[in-house]
Amino acid sequence: MPNSVLWAVDLFGRVYTLSTAGQYWELCKDAQLEFKRVSAAMQCCWGIACDNQVYLYMCASDVPIRRREEAYENQRWNPMGGFCEKLLPSDRWSWSDVSGLQHRPLDGVMLPSPHWEWESDWYVDENFGGEPTEKGGWTYAIDFPATYTRDKKWNSCVRRRKWIRYRRYKSRDAWAKIPSKDDPKQLPDPFNDLSVGGWEITEEPIGRLSVWAVSLQGKLWYREDVCHPNPEGSSWSLMDTPGEVAQISCGPHDLLWATLWEGQALVREGINRNNPKGSSWSIVEPPGSENGIMHVSVGVGVVWAVTKDRKVWFRRGVNSHNPCGTSWIEMVGEMLMVNVGLNDQVWGIGCEDRAVYFRQGVTPSELSGKTWKAIVAGRECDRSHSGSSSSLLSAGCFFGDEVKGGGESAPSDTDGSSEVERPELDQPLPSESSDNSRNPDESSASGPGAGRTTEGAVENTCPAEGRGEPGSAKCPNLASSPAELPWTNIDLKEPKKAPGHSAAGFPETTSSQGLLPLGLEESYVLDDHPLWAWVSGGSCAVEAFSVLKWFTVQSGLSPSVQTLSLSLTPAQTAAWRKQIFQQLTERTKRELENFRHYEQAVEQSVWVKTGTLQWWCDWKPHKWVDVRVALEQVTGHDGARDSILFIYYVVHEEEKYIHVFLNEVTVLVPVLNEAKHSFALYTPERTRQRWPVRLAAATEQDMNDWLALLSLSCCESRKVHGRPSPQAIWSITCKGDIFVSEPNPDLEAREHLLPCDQMFWRQMGGHLRVVEANSRGVVWGIGYDHTAWVYTGGYGGGCFQGLASSTSNIYPQSDVKSVYIYENQRWNPVTGYTSRGLPTDRYMWSDATGLQECTKAGTKPPSLQWTWVSDWSVDFSVPGGTDAEGWQYASDFPASYHGYKTMKDFVRRRCWARKCKLVTSGPWLEVAPIALGDVSIIPECPATNRNGHSVALWAVSDKGDVLCRLGVSELNPAGSSWLHVGTDQPFVSVSIGACYQVWAVARDGSAFYRGSVSPSQPAGDCWYHIPSPPKQRLKQVSVGQTSVYTLDENGKSFGGSEGRWNLWYRQGITPSYPQGSSWEHVSNNVRRVSVGPLDQGTCGIAKGSRPATHRAPAGSTCPTMCAECPWGLWISSVTAAMAGRFSRSVFQVWVIADKVQGSHSLSRGTVCHRTGVQPHEPKGQGWDYGIGGGWDHISIRANATRTTWSTSREQEPSAPQETHGPVCC
Amino acid sequence: MTDDKDVLRDVWFGRIPTCFTLYQDEITEREAEPYYLLLPRVSYLTLVTDKVKKHFQKVMRQEDISEIWFEYEGTPLKWHYPIGLLFDLLASSSGLPWNITVHFKSFPEKDLLHCPSKDAIEAHFMSCMKEADALKHKSQVINEMQKKDHKQLWMGLQNDRFDQFWAINRKLMEYPAEENGFRYIPFRIYQTTTERPFIQKLFRPVAADGQLHTLGDLLREVCPSAIAPEDGEKKNQVMIHGIEPMLETPLQWLSEHLSYPDNFLHISIIPQPTD
Repeated sequence: MPNSVLWAVDLFGRVYTLSTAGQYWELCKDAQLEFKRVSAAMQCCWGIACDNQVYLYMCASDVPIRRREEAYENQRWNPMGGFCEKLLPSDRWSWSDVSGLQHRPLDGVMLPSPHWEWESDWYVDENFGGEPTEKGGWTYAIDFPATYTRDKKWNSCVRRRKWIRYRRYKSRDAWAKIPSKDDPKQLPDPFNDLSVGGWEITEEPIGRLSVWAVSLQGKLWYREDVCHPNPEGSSWSLMDTPGEVAQISCGPHDLLWATLWEGQALVREGINRNNPKGSSWSIVEPPGSENGIMHVSVGVGVVWAVTKDRKVWFRRGVNSHNPCGTSWIEMVGEMLMVNVGLNDQVWGIGCEDRAVYFRQGVTPSELSGKTWKAIVAGRECDRSHSGSSSSLLSAGCFFGDEVKGGGESAPSDTDGSSEVERPELDQPLPSESSDNSRNPDESSASGPGAGRTTEGAVENTCPAEGRGEPGSAKCPNLASSPAELPWTNIDLKEPKKAPGHSAAGFPETTSSQGLLPLGLEESYVLDDHPLWAWVSGGSCAVEAFSVLKWFTVQSGLSPSVQTLSLSLTPAQTAAWRKQIFQQLTERTKRELENFRHYEQAVEQSVWVKTGTLQWWCDWKPHKWVDVRVALEQVTGHDGARDSILFIYYVVHEEEKYIHVFLNEVTVLVPVLNEAKHSFALYTPERTRQRWPVRLAAATEQDMNDWLALLSLSCCESRKVHGRPSPQAIWSITCKGDIFVSEPNPDLEAREHLLPCDQMFWRQMGGHLRVVEANSRGVVWGIGYDHTAWVYTGGYGGGCFQGLASSTSNIYPQSDVKSVYIYENQRWNPVTGYTSRGLPTDRYMWSDATGLQECTKAGTKPPSLQWTWVSDWSVDFSVPGGTDAEGWQYASDFPASYHGYKTMKDFVRRRCWARKCKLVTSGPWLEVAPIALGDVSIIPECPATNRNGHSVALWAVSDKGDVLCRLGVSELNPAGSSWLHVGTDQPFVSVSIGACYQVWAVARDGSAFYRGSVSPSQPAGDCWYHIPSPPKQRLKQVSVGQTSVYTLDENGKSFGGSEGRWNLWYRQGITPSYPQGSSWEHVSNNVRRVSVGPLDQGTCGIAKGSRPATHRAPAGSTCPTMCAECPWGLWISSVTAAMAGRFSRSVFQVWVIADKVQGSHSLSRGTVCHRTGVQPHEPKGQGWDYGIGGGWDHISIRANATRTTWSTSREQEPSAPQETHGPVCC
Repeated sequence: MTDDKDVLRDVWFGRIPTCFTLYQDEITEREAEPYYLLLPRVSYLTLVTDKVKKHFQKVMRQEDISEIWFEYEGTPLKWHYPIGLLFDLLASSSGLPWNITVHFKSFPEKDLLHCPSKDAIEAHFMSCMKEADALKHKSQVINEMQKKDHKQLWMGLQNDRFDQFWAINRKLMEYPAEENGFRYIPFRIYQTTTERPFIQKLFRPVAADGQLHTLGDLLREVCPSAIAPEDGEKKNQVMIHGIEPMLETPLQWLSEHLSYPDNFLHISIIPQPTD
């Protein structure tokens, strides 16, 4: 994640960030101010600058922070002038807020701070609950306050309309001053410490943060109302504390610790969703009475502390229920401060060397980690200096290791004379000034032993061992300089006064600092390695699997350097690489071309792999039976391979077998569940039966070996290898596994249609929820955790290792999803709600249906690939709403639930969620930082020649923002930046058709059409509201060449049919009226729809007519005509269709459907292809069933290949694709 | 864009068209026809010449047959060198097919090792593999493998089964993610111009400053005579698998992709052809 960075402040107050993917500290973009402390969160960083004021740094994003201001204009009817502003004396203000109680004139609405700007002027909202209003946006009622309707009735005496104006936070990538809490009448009390956290307490409102600050006088302040739409918060509230607070740390969840000047720690109790400020304090005594606590830092479930003697302590037994923990454990290392970041990872600043240390080996099971490792990454600004790598290296050597544990540094490898062990840090250093001793040490490090690296660390993992050598030479200055107090008052403006560790002493010693000889300091300052004062890991996501490049000095060209854009790495374009490929080709030609008739020295033979697996037997009762399996591969001289899989089983002591020809296998699907490593093998016949061959292996490795081998054999027998073609069809199973199929031209033929159960699917590594592709090879995916991914052009990864995987373009990928269980209770008159139900009731802990018992302890992650990453917590975001404790009420199970209790409610339930995480790999790179909910890429016909243009890509963020990606092309499929498209409400789905028609679905279930989108105006100009089908809320839209299909999300059936999720076709779309006229019902039981570019319009259009919305809004004539007007193509093709040229053409409509009947079982989630769709029958006639069940998503939008093109071309010499344009002028 | 995996395939399926002729002094019952064969570059002569042996034995008397050996232009061919190496080193400048003379008499004891059976080849091959892994991973990977994995490596080579071999061999080509390569690169440099059979030294893939070592770095370090001086005329070819990789090629990449099945980079330094 490129936006995952570690923040740090150096001794001179400069703020740097270090990316988890990077190798260099980068100076903060706004370097005007010098800082003392920073505290980072994912999107922002709070800090205290040298002026002791609080500043906020919001990281730049393509999505603006915008906030809607509303005001209502109220009018009353009178017989004289009709509706007018003259209201009755008892009435509300003529300009008011929504309640009518507050006066709110438009020009009285002010920006809250100088960091905001207006987005546009005030305008009238003409959308009323998903329905468009009359022009002017008026809604009518009998009187104020009452129910307002869209329609004016005879008794409508009053009316009102809503005015909207958006404001936008403008201080991005810049430090914005937060107004001080100081009362001008009192003496200023400057801020001393600050901490940001609490983002996991609740997601309501979005991006809510707890910001705590401590003043020099020891007062504690809480910043109210800090959230994503209001990043600055509104005001400071003073909190009561039992003593004077010196320092504070707020964890991501409900932990909040502070230190008192007296050396004890304060622990806040009672922090929860409803009370993020907490309710009371507890006091925790320091580990020893002589050395009080100087600094604390807390995470989700950990507390680390530094005492005044700079020893580091880990608090045992800390969790939500017991925020105080039980006891202190001393850790190895001496630190000035420690900071707990995301995933409870820990950083510290070494007290001796002022280097930033990272605690290695922190895992959920071992929260205290293993060892401190110094971060030796250089600063960006150092990189350009010549010879910097050697000086960096010496710094790396010097700080390269464990703070303690020097005595064990015996070389572990005797032959590696050039390999280097850790530097000898443990020579006794003169205690009066360690600076003195440092110089020779460094020069020796960069001198003869220039080959030193930091590898071969001797890790001292045992805390007790570290304690075994107290007061050794590790921290020699301890004797001379007293312990630091937490308010370390560094004189930031004069760097030379702040050399080394002792410089950061507290006020009493600053005078002695001045006595240090200046020359000495200078030599110290000359040294290139940064000295750090503060570090914050609140936005630094280090995963257990991630490989950080912070600990070795890197330079030059390294093939393993992950460039985070998709541009080719130097290794792939390097001349040497090209030459090797070229020479190998030449060699093969030279040595083989004329000698193919020679006999091969080694005859090809049969190779058999055998093993034992379990097989889900075909007969009843179905169960797993042990089987012997053998894969026989026969390779002919031409390299073609034929493979047969034999499954030997025993019935009635007689061995029998079934066999499968691998060239008939259509797909191999891993089916991982809690207990079994199994996979399913489909042939067309097995697909029709909905009954695959299911095999299970004893271990994951065993399964992966079989899967990889079988998959390789299948691919070879079908001659499919390498990266999928740009036209490939992509799909995803409900387990998040990704499959891809090469389209056959007959797939979209009118006659002799290739049945889609014959499609061959192969798996790609990775884990996704959504995948969308277009025919230029641009493929995007979205994970369950809403992370956006772009396809890198590789193949394999995941369980496909070795030959089944490409060498490059495979990257680690992770995904997070939640597992939900329900707690059910029934009311009884004596005890109220209890977990004792009626005998007929569902389990008191169950799944959503109530049929399966699911307890907190007994519920496992979905498969062995997943591991828990959080504890169970109440999910408040369930549909229907909840009360403050997360309960939903109903009259009985199962019924519809609501978020408040009524007299008739006898049962209640609440939803518990627990996050689990999967780590895999695949040909995907993250497109950070914006998380997405939906994505759509423009489908392109072979007819269109848009090579010059970038590829239009639209998306909806997880927060509902509509986005348009700029700069997407074959070479840069990730694109460059997002363009935010303003909307008046959150959206859920978007789709862009081949003619740049953008359709979208809003969260209220209505559809929108975006006008005037074109290559030159990629974001279009305005939204046209399109009401949803009556009483249905839409949830997804897909636009092909011309046709528009949508899905609704209602449980309500349509037209008496039982089904859910209806598929709708938009009638009456013409170039002059691209919004169409009405919805027509096509089918039910559809979960997802994908419409491809191979469709043709049907409607009659007058020659020369143009889309109405394509006109400039003011009625002026369309400025761009035809050359790039995509409708031109459409019109020409439609005209051609009317002329009969495309009588064979079909629409390309594919869906994921439920309740598909097979001969063995009923399946849920089946890939289906609409058949019989044609100009006169736009709804089609029926479905052709393909692979499934268990499929969740399909994208056929890249497939623009079909045979009919060639035939139509033969009939019509002037192919339509060459004649686009002029028709519409 | 071609994938690096294709290099492995190209290397594995490299073939040298060869014409075997019986040595003129061998006594035959009737005239021995030459025998034509495509030899896998990555294999060993005695492993793939059963057909040749049979072919010539048909025309010979039983009592005249002793251990077969091969010779090219007067040089006995060491069976324990991979075929591709022998060809690059000795015959790459001459035309194809490669003319090899077959002997059954007067085994050159001082030049060649005896090869009593395929077991000898297997033993030699596996010992090379182990030596290579000792250099790359302190033998950790090869030692963690099971006996059947070792067998699969050998059977893969013997039966010319790329998949079978690489299914196991890929593990030998991995290295810890935090490193930039192997510990040392297993390589041998051969020159026809010296008496010494080959050069082999400890050499790391990554320099102390983090820079990746290149083929050029290696040669400058261990065999400086092979590279032409900056301004000088190129006198030698540096050849692996019949191609001349650029001296800028990272050594680690070469080791992963252009090693022979025994996991060594066998590099031939041969004089630049004068034409």
